[in-house]
Formats: sequence, C-alpha cells, structure tokens
Amino acid sequence: MNPKALVLTGFGINCDMETQFAFRLAGAKAERVHLADLINGKRSLSEFQVMAFPGGFSFGDDIASGKVLANMVRYNLGDRIQEFISDGNLIIGICNGFQAMVKMGLLPAFDGNYEKQDVTLTFNDSGRFEDRWVHLKGSLNSRCVFTKDIDRIYLPVRHGEGKFVVKDDAVLERLKSGNHIAFRYVDKNGNPAGYPSNPNGSVDNIAGICDKTGRVFGMMPHPEAFLHRTNHPAWTRENLPEEGAGAAIFRNAVEYVKENL
Amino acid sequence: MTPRIEVAFKKGMKDALGESVRKKIFEDLHINVDSVRTIEVFTFDADLSGKELNLLGEKLFADPVIQDFSAKPLAEDFSWLIEVGFKPGVTDNVGATSKKASEDILGAALRGVYFSRQYLITGGITKEDADSIAGGLLANTLIERWEIIGMDEWDPEKGIQLPLPVVKWGHTPAVSGINLDVSDTELEELSRKGLLALTLPEMKIIQEYSNDAGVRKEREKLDLSLLTDVEVEVLAQTWSEHCKHKIFNADITYTDESGTKTINSLFNTYVKRSTLEINKPWLVSVFTDNAGIIKFNEEHNLVMKVETHNTPSALDPYGGAITGIVGVNRDPLGTGIGARLVFNTDVFCFAPPFYDKELPPRLLHPRRIFEGVRRGVEHGGNKSGIPTVNGCIVFDERYLGKPLVYCGTGGIMPAQINGKPTHIKEIAPGDLIVMTGGRIGKDGIHGATFSSVELDENSPVTAVQIGDPITQKKMVEFILEARDMGLYNTLTDNGAGGLSSSVGEMAQLSGGCVINLEKCPLKYPGLDPWEIVVSESQERMTLAVPPGSVDELLELAKTRDVEATVIGTFTDSGKFHVMYGDKTVAYLDMDFLHGGLSPMELEARWEQPAFEEPEIGEVDLTEALKTLLSRLNICSKEYVVRQYDHEVQGGSVVKPLTNDGPSDAAVVRPLLDSMEAVVVANGICPRYGDIDTYHMTACAIDEAVRNHISVGGSLSHVAGLDNFCWCDPVKSEKNPDGDYKLAQLVRANMALYDYTKAYGVPCISGKDSMKNDYQIGGRKISIPPTVLFSTVGKIEDARKAVTMDAKKPGDRVYVLGVTKNELGGSEYFASLGFTGNNVPKVDADSAKKLYVALEKAIHEGVVASCHDCSDGGLGVALAESAFSGGLGMSIELGRVPVEGVGRADNILFSESQSRFVVTVQPGNKEKFEKLMEGNVFSGIGIVTADMDFIVTENGNVILSAGIDELKDAWQKTLRW
Repeated sequence: MNPKALVLTGFGINCDMETQFAFRLAGAKAERVHLADLINGKRSLSEFQVMAFPGGFSFGDDIASGKVLANMVRYNLGDRIQEFISDGNLIIGICNGFQAMVKMGLLPAFDGNYEKQDVTLTFNDSGRFEDRWVHLKGSLNSRCVFTKDIDRIYLPVRHGEGKFVVKDDAVLERLKSGNHIAFRYVDKNGNPAGYPSNPNGSVDNIAGICDKTGRVFGMMPHPEAFLHRTNHPAWTRENLPEEGAGAAIFRNAVEYVKENL
Repeated sequence: MTPRIEVAFKKGMKDALGESVRKKIFEDLHINVDSVRTIEVFTFDADLSGKELNLLGEKLFADPVIQDFSAKPLAEDFSWLIEVGFKPGVTDNVGATSKKASEDILGAALRGVYFSRQYLITGGITKEDADSIAGGLLANTLIERWEIIGMDEWDPEKGIQLPLPVVKWGHTPAVSGINLDVSDTELEELSRKGLLALTLPEMKIIQEYSNDAGVRKEREKLDLSLLTDVEVEVLAQTWSEHCKHKIFNADITYTDESGTKTINSLFNTYVKRSTLEINKPWLVSVFTDNAGIIKFNEEHNLVMKVETHNTPSALDPYGGAITGIVGVNRDPLGTGIGARLVFNTDVFCFAPPFYDKELPPRLLHPRRIFEGVRRGVEHGGNKSGIPTVNGCIVFDERYLGKPLVYCGTGGIMPAQINGKPTHIKEIAPGDLIVMTGGRIGKDGIHGATFSSVELDENSPVTAVQIGDPITQKKMVEFILEARDMGLYNTLTDNGAGGLSSSVGEMAQLSGGCVINLEKCPLKYPGLDPWEIVVSESQERMTLAVPPGSVDELLELAKTRDVEATVIGTFTDSGKFHVMYGDKTVAYLDMDFLHGGLSPMELEARWEQPAFEEPEIGEVDLTEALKTLLSRLNICSKEYVVRQYDHEVQGGSVVKPLTNDGPSDAAVVRPLLDSMEAVVVANGICPRYGDIDTYHMTACAIDEAVRNHISVGGSLSHVAGLDNFCWCDPVKSEKNPDGDYKLAQLVRANMALYDYTKAYGVPCISGKDSMKNDYQIGGRKISIPPTVLFSTVGKIEDARKAVTMDAKKPGDRVYVLGVTKNELGGSEYFASLGFTGNNVPKVDADSAKKLYVALEKAIHEGVVASCHDCSDGGLGVALAESAFSGGLGMSIELGRVPVEGVGRADNILFSESQSRFVVTVQPGNKEKFEKLMEGNVFSGIGIVTADMDFIVTENGNVILSAGIDELKDAWQKTLRW
C-alpha cells in the first residue's frame, strides 16, 4: 500500500511544508491538514497511517510551549488519537510537536497510559532560543520505529524550550529500562558532553523518546531541515550524499507502514 | 480580591529566565544581586470560584513536572519583589491566548485575562536600586507599570495587586467639524496640536478645498458643512511624508561646484528612471504595489520589500521591532493577490552598546535598544516561521538620536492561480471591503504622521504598538487558503495610516468606496470615528471580495479562528465616503485625496567637507588587525544570529554563519523540489557618507552586488531595493543645515542611478524615512545619512554556491581587484579617531567585468571559497577566511595589486571596493586564471595546515598570529 501521512497545520505550526515534503520524499502520500478540519470532522485520522505534529510556535508559545495545542488536541481529539495508536499507526512530533506530545501525555506513556504527563520540555539552560546543529546518537536497543538503524545523525535544533526534564528519578529509570530513549545529544566523537553539544541542558542528554510500542515518537532536533546535502552547515567542505540524513527518519516510518500495515 | 493564578518553578528547578535577568542586572546596571527568581501571574477579569481556578492551574497554566501553582501568593524568601504588568490597552499576547484557552476549558466566556510577571530579587540592594532595576531593565514606562514591595512590608496573605489593565473611559464617540476659515497662525497651530504634520501650504490647500463652491454644494446635500475631523485626519495620513514621500517627489534646486540645476522628483529622475531604462525581462511589477515582484522561474515570482520601523523602536525597542518585522511581512503578503513569506532579513543601526556617557532625556540606553530590538525581531520572525536568513548591525554614536531598524521580507507566489496572473490587482465596483485579522484600538494612532516629525517631548505613547505574531500567522494562512480558493479579488495591508490608507489606496482601482466605521471590530468601545479610520492597530489586511464569495470567505475565516468583517463596498462614485451608523462623516473627492497635493519646493546646496588626515607612525600590524577584528562594526554577531531561526522552511543553503565565520550573503531554496535558489544580500556603509554620500551609496550598491556575486549569485538576475534613512533635509530655522542634508540626499540618488544602471541591477521597491532626528531642549542628534541597498536575485543551482571559508591546505589564495589609497571613512581610520578624505570610489566598468568573470568561475566549480573585502579591508577578509576554515594562511603583501598606496597598513586595511579574497585548489589554478584573464587579480599566498596567519612583505614577516587568537579577537566583543 501507499502510506498516507497527515501533517498537522494551523494555529502557529510552522514546519508543516517541509515535513510534508519529507514524507513525500520518503514515498508517502502526505497531506497538510488543518487542526480545525480534524476537530470539526471535515477530515478524519482514519484516512492515514502516520500523523505528524510538526515544529513551530503553536499559539505563539504563550503560557508554555506546546501547552495550548496539547489541550486543544487532547480535549477534542484525545479518543481518536488513542484509537489511532492502538490501531497500530505511527505518530511523530518534532520540536513544538514533541513539546505538545509530552504535555498531552502521549509520551512516554508508561503502562500504555497516553494521558499522563511524566516528563516535560522547558526553558534551555542558556535562557535563550538557539539555532545550532547538534550530533545525536541513536539507542540501538530502542524500539523506536523512526530511528531504526540510525547510529549517528547531525541535525539542527531551533528552540528556546527544549530542555528535557523528568518528574523524578524513577521516571528516568523507567525511560532507560523501558528503552524509551531514542536519541541522545553527543559531541562530534559520539561521547556525552556538556553545552553546546547538549544544547539545552536536557537530563541524561535526552533528545528524543518513544512510547513502549516504538510507534509514537518525539524529538527536539529537526530532521525535516536536513533533506538535502546543501542544508548541512559544512556542505561546501565535505563530500556528502545528495539526500540529507534527516530523510532516513521519515523513510523508516514509511517502510514500517508498507511492511506492517 | 481579583482572581489570579501564580505559577512558580518547583524548588530545585532551574529558573533560566531569572538567571539571565540576574546577569543583565549586573551587566547593564552594574548592580550586584544574589539571585532572581520569577513567578508568572495570570489575573482574571471574571468571577471565578476556587475550584475553577484550580482547574485552570492544573490543566493549563502549570506544568505538573516542574511548576507549582496557587491562587494565593507564592512569593517567599526575597529582598525585593517587583511585579510588572501592562498598562491598559497595550497588546498582551499571553493574556489573549490565556483567555481563549481558559474559555475552552471552562466552557464560558471571560471578560479578560491579563499576564504579569514577578521578579523575586535577593541581595543587599536598596529601594532605589530596585526602582532602577524595574524602570531601567524590567519594564518600559510607556507600556508597562510595576509595583515594588520589600520583604519587611510583605503580607503573604495579601500579596501584591496590580490594577487590572482594563481600558475604561466614559467617552461617547463623536465627530466634530473643524473650522478652517482661520488665520495662517491658527492653521499651523491646528496641524501642530493635532499631530497632523501638515505644513501651512498644505493646510491652505485643504482650506481652499473646503471653501470650494462645488464641494460645498455637494456636501450640503449630505448635511455636511465644515470638514470633519475624520476628513482632516484622512488627508493628513494620506498626505504624510510617510505615505506620500513628499521629499522624494519635491522640486529641488540643487547647487554644487559645477552650478545649479532643478530636479523634479528624485524618485522619477533617479530611482525609477534607472529601472525603466534597464528594463529587464524578468521584472514583473515595480514601484506600484506594496512590494516589488520579479520572476523566479516560469511558474513562480519572487516578491520583496524592505521597511524601517525606527521611531517606534526608539520608544519601545521590543514592541517597535516586533511590529516592524511582522509589519513588513504584510507587504509581500499584500502584493498582487498575496505571496507566501519565505525569508526575512534585518539590518540594525545602533549607538555602541558600551556607551558610557550621560543619556539625553527620553532616550533609552543603546544596549537596551539593541537587546529589545533583537528580541522583538526574534519573536516576530521565529514565531511566524519565517527564517531570518541574514542581516548586519552597524554601530555609530549618532544612532543614539534614533536607532534604525530595517526589516525586509521576501515571498514567493505562483505566477498564475486559477488561470489568472497573480501580480495584478483588480477590484470591481460592488466588491465588498472585508477587514481581517486583528481588531482596532488606540494603538498606533498617528504612526504615519508621527514618523514624519522628529522625536520630541510630545511624542505620543499611542504611537507604540506591539506585534502579535500568532494572530498574524493565523491570518496569513487563512489568506493563502482563501487566495488559492479564489475567494477574493485582491488585498492590501493595513499599515501606516490604517484604513484611511489601505482602503483609500485600493479604492483608486474601482474609483471610490463607502465604509461604515460602526461595523469595524474594536478592541474596546469608545473610539472616535477618526481614531477608527487612522488607527494602525496591527495584524490587519483589507480584502476586496466579490459578493458571491463573501459567505464562503467568512465561513473559512471562522474555522481558522480569524476575525473577518465586511465594513463597506468599493464603488465608482469618485468619493472616499465614510459613514458612522447612518451618518456620513467623510466625503472626500478621490482626486483631491490622491492628487490634491502639489510638489514641495526645496533647496539643496552641496559643499565638499574636508577632514583631517591622520599621521600614522610605526604600527604593530598584528595588534592592528586584532583591534579591527574586535571592532563593533566587524566583530562576530553570533550572539544575535543564533537566536534567530535561520533554517525554518527547510531551504537553507548558505547560512548567516559559515563554520562560525561571517557569510557574505544568504542562499535559500524557496521550493523544496527545485535546486533553484534565491540569493539575498545587503550593502550599507554610512561612515563614507560623512565624506560624500554619492560614494557612500555607490559603495553600498557595490557591497550588496559583490556579496551576491560572492556566494554564486548571477549578475544577470538580481534586483535592488533602496532604503533611505535621513536626518531632516528641509531647511528651516530649527534645521539650518537642511539644504546640505538635502544635497547629500540628491547625491545619494545620483549614485543610485549611475550604479544600478551600470550594473544592470534595477530597483524594484524602496522606502524612505526622512526625519531621523532627536531634539529635546537644546540638544539635537541627527543620524548619519544612511542608505541600505538590499538585493534579491537568483542562483540557478544551489549546489554551485560557494562559502567564504578557506577549504584545504595547499589551496592558492588570490585577491581580485585593485587596492588603492582609499582609507577615508575606513574602520582603520575610525579606530585611530579619524575620518580622512579618500573615500572609496567604485569603478563600475572594471567591477562589472570582474563580477561576470567571477560568476563564471564559480559556476564552473573552480572557486573553493570566496569572501568579499569590506569593513577592515583585505586584512580582515583574509583573516576571516582563514579562521572560518580552521586553517592558516601565508600571504605575501608585495603581490597585492595596488595603485597609489605603499604602506603595509594601508594595503591591508584600505576599503577599496569591488575586491574579493578567493581560494582555489591547486588543480584548478590554471583554469581559474584563464577565466580571470583581463581582470586585475593576483595569487598572493597559500592556505596552510599549521593554524598560523602570516603576512610577509618582500619575504619579511610583518604580521603573525594564530588563527585561534584572531578568531577570539573577532568573537569576544559581543560574546554575551
């Protein structure tokens, strides 16, 4: 089958065009759908196998990043999203989308509870919005469908509220033992390091997590911003393949749908 | 007690905002405090139960992982508590979102929700210190108010209670007639007191119109006698310098050493004439719409506009700058039938942030202006999802009088939509006038007329606006959806002059209009009709909608949570007709409104100024180079760049920083499925204008074009945007050297014609801001005349772009172009405290030839890196290329092609134009040199692996430094 991806748009979501392009590049039929049209029933999640919460500044990041969007989705679409997940479909949240997903409880969703918030994303330790490229290391033992076979990847972060924080140590332990951690910030040699390799002060250098199924995933860096080699900040110095490394994440999703759904 | 929810970080959680405020208190105010923590406060103008407040705190306002909330005061353990909130009527973005989100949760409407923030300061500081922290850093008195409470007065039960910022006045809207049958003195008084910014001759034109028998007769039929305040205000806005560009269209008598001549309109004589004569086939729409339009490819057009927002940024840097950026976004959006916004570019001119002399009254410290503007543009650009692809910052103490905030935005639109060309604006009589986006308030009243006078004691607070990116973002997306569905005929933005300008200008297409002001959605009641018509409240567009589509359009707006309201009809009556309820409050002839003004007559007198030349002894060139690299105009602006999202939309190719080094221009792909890319560059060099604005402008044009070429842009497909910021060029008692300043303006325009013509780079849109002066008491500060020349152009294949960093050891280093004795106005002379007289002059013929050759070399792939020589000359360009590549260089100065210059420091730091530093792989050497044949160029050295930057002169080492040292010198100045 030809996988269909829904890319959410509206209310201050900004990265919908490039996220749509990323899914198309990966072979999906991707559509930008306004959140209002999903809520008012003009469009339905059931038309799709992948849903993406793209980056941006939904509702201007007012109150807290992703919070108002999280409420809007949770109170209007909560049941339909849970059904979407339990039907075996995929969800990815990037940057502001990740922020919204953790704030509505979609991640890490311990014990299959997709409504409880155990972690959050808050102000960078630097107190600033920063745009910089970071090295990530994939967890080989993660179940994450999106990060399959990705050992190392270099991508930009562009956020002011990307510091990953857990409620308590027990939550961190469960994230580790349950293989929820999909990406960690590392330095260029692949080792854990402080700022700016970890650009925001995230606990345990966590950059992305998934739920226990591996089909629900969120990350702060922007894979959709590295779809062509000319996006790479040193592309004029290095020999890089034509396609940007970020495409792999979307390709993994599309391949999974083709094989499993 | 007014219900409120306070939100604080849990104990042990880092408060990054509080920490950065603590640092700023020390850096900006030199006050040492131990710690700062923050508490967010949401105050409700509503009757809410404790249970409801609890629900809101839990579900909306507090993050359960890191924050606590309470309906009771949370503050404890502080020395001083400062709570800062908005004054009534000021845009409160967080408050507005909170209101909507709270209503969704409670399922009930609230009158209002307001945001404020508490700063809990610990440390041994006095009440006076706390006062200066509040007034000097945390709050802006124009838009915010605050309360300070010490620990000893603190009652944790009562807490602190700022008054609710609800707009309340018992005013009943009214229209008054204005008696213009008065003496000249009284006419002038009317203009001055009413902030109309109209001159006596202009007031007399209005007087004459109101006395015209024919006009009177027509008006009597509508029960109108005297001109109303609505009409006078509409005329003042439409005829303002800001909207009408009276100085650029004046008849000028210009005198210089070769005699006197008359220039009828600088705009027609120089700016527009050049574009018409160049007449490139890819020009689509120039100077007629809100932004210029050029072809990008067969299917798409590019749209670009650069604006300034200077005066508002002087009063409230954050609000002024955010309004500036979201404001210029609406220009491409409002061009043709609407473009999608794909990049921003920003250029700021500030006084040095380290200014340590006494501040004249009413001015903010330049560091505060810098930070406020930076943050405003960060929020405006980042939240709107538009990448800030490049820019620059220029420092000069005279920008204390007024900072310059240039904001530019590019857009892209399909050349045709639904079978119709998108660049043509059409309106049929009978089309409905729909206002969409934000509501109208008192904010921004008199912005257009206010920016047409200098900053003085009476500058109005209402001129300050705060942009609201989320309201605009929703509106932009709604408009683009409606555009593709063909739901409207055309649109324009509501910027300066508000509805009077937007509807007034659009109505020219149909031949008239009738608006009913009572239909306009207001932020709060009590606005007089004249205020509604001229308010510059932000985030509004005006659409012309065929009656058959209006229902569908309004329905779409509703689902997108965007306000849209029918406020009138376009007609062919020949009248600008305004109603308030069933009463006519304005009835002006369109011809008079748009054509009633005759050109001003002005005088310009040019005299070449003379400056002292420095006598320079022995110089330590290594130290001199480091000094230059550290200078504000040259040093790294990474502090700013990192805080701007320059990659959103996914098309970034050449970023503002290359390996931490300074890129020359931006390259960005607006269509992700194509390798075609846009090149965006800027040129600005006000220091040269002290010597001669002719050469300053020539250099600005050359700088922009050479930056464009430097990254691989094509000289045959690049357009310019001219943007003049001047000090008052109209001679008067108050302004005795106005004729010289006007001569400077004339000369700048002459250069604009000469060089755009010579390069074949037509201007497509421009802007001027003419009254950038500060005058309070006896003190006058005028900005240096400043021209920003921006370019927008094309590179056919983004993969051919080059960057400025040296690539590999062994690569050959070349300099292209001649180095002359041109240190007048240079950074080197400025570092020694001199201006000098030998201003750089551009030789357009040889430059153009060089650019064509270099473009070819870049496209053939034989150029490894290319960097333009600008501020700080060859020395700075070579150093930047080396340290950005993380590589050393070995340079022989004796090989640099020179003309009339011998001293090593002069060769290294002369700012001769049209030069580049290029590196080439050894294998491409012959091919490169062949392509460069017939141009002045020379191999001057080699890229080395040893991390040392060494310059020799005839074999003797005259400059030697590690590249890390040089990079550190370049980065340390603004490493904030």
